[in-house]
Amino acid sequence: MCSYIVEKAALTGSAAKGRKGWMRIDTANVYYDHPYYSTLDHVLAIDFTNEGEGGRDRVAVELSADSARALVDRILAALASGEVAHAVAAPALAVAAD
Amino acid sequence: MSYYQGLQADVVPFRGHNGDQGEAYYARPTRAGKFPGVVVIHHLPGWCEWTTEVVRKLAHHGYAAISPHLYFREGDKGEAPDDLGARIRAAGGVSDASVMGDVTGAMAYLRAQPNATGKIGVIGFCSGGRHTYLAACTLKGIDAAVDCWGGNVIVDNPKDLNDKRPVAPIDLTEKMSCPLLGIFGNDDANPTADQVNRTEAMLKKFGKNYEFHRYNGAGHAFFDWRRAAYRPEQAMDGWQKVLNFFNRNLAASAANIAAE
Repeated sequence: MCSYIVEKAALTGSAAKGRKGWMRIDTANVYYDHPYYSTLDHVLAIDFTNEGEGGRDRVAVELSADSARALVDRILAALASGEVAHAVAAPALAVAAD
Repeated sequence: MSYYQGLQADVVPFRGHNGDQGEAYYARPTRAGKFPGVVVIHHLPGWCEWTTEVVRKLAHHGYAAISPHLYFREGDKGEAPDDLGARIRAAGGVSDASVMGDVTGAMAYLRAQPNATGKIGVIGFCSGGRHTYLAACTLKGIDAAVDCWGGNVIVDNPKDLNDKRPVAPIDLTEKMSCPLLGIFGNDDANPTADQVNRTEAMLKKFGKNYEFHRYNGAGHAFFDWRRAAYRPEQAMDGWQKVLNFFNRNLAASAANIAAE
């Protein structure tokens, strides 16, 4: 049966685009449970919301477990390569500006 | 008379817990006659389209059926039930007291209809199955209850009890006041086959009127045609068990009504 287990991630400086356009988000509610829309038995669901503003709007995804793990891996990879690239780019620009 | 007969479905206002006015999905046969009622308790994700299909299915089979929206208090006008369900989940769900109050209100709505026989059944799925077990043990005036794969009827860790869900339904079994039908998949992780056995042992211990049906090759929510979990053969048999049970306990078959 569905559980009430929800992992909450506090978000800063983040935004998402929902049915009303762009909104600032401060919370990701993450849970692994039966889906609302996906045809899978279980999904990793994430609801991005702004609970500080009542949490009325959300951007929702339902991912298969494999997809969620692959996404976590790609998020970490993108962060790693992106932070390196941008960390390198910033000093290079600074040098060029000198 | 045509083999198939019409039904009417609509969203209706009803008075729930504390007299709060909410909305419910209601369907009934349109032919003349009196019909037993069934309250359909939706699952944790919310008041979904599949729940409305169950309501219409029951009306198709001769019942006046109603599914109260259990989250209406927190919703904005016209808010999608899935968005509302997500918020309710994040807030830890609604309390058992609120759900029992809404089920009581839905039963009162059914009994107030001019075409009601006065007999009332309750059926619930997933968390609604647990709520059904709870209703069978705590509410008066239920004539038949159907628990479809309700998990957390047994609570092994007391830390899982809280203000919203303060009592494990299994601990109320002695108070069960109506016949209970249980439908379960043996591959389900909640309730597990062992938990179903333990629930049955408790029903036996207190001499309750029950029948349990366990299905091999099926897990959780195997009636739900939208999911990979759907098992057509087991679901067809399970629905027949449900309809036979309601027919027997609520005396509602089309044949009975036609004979009146």
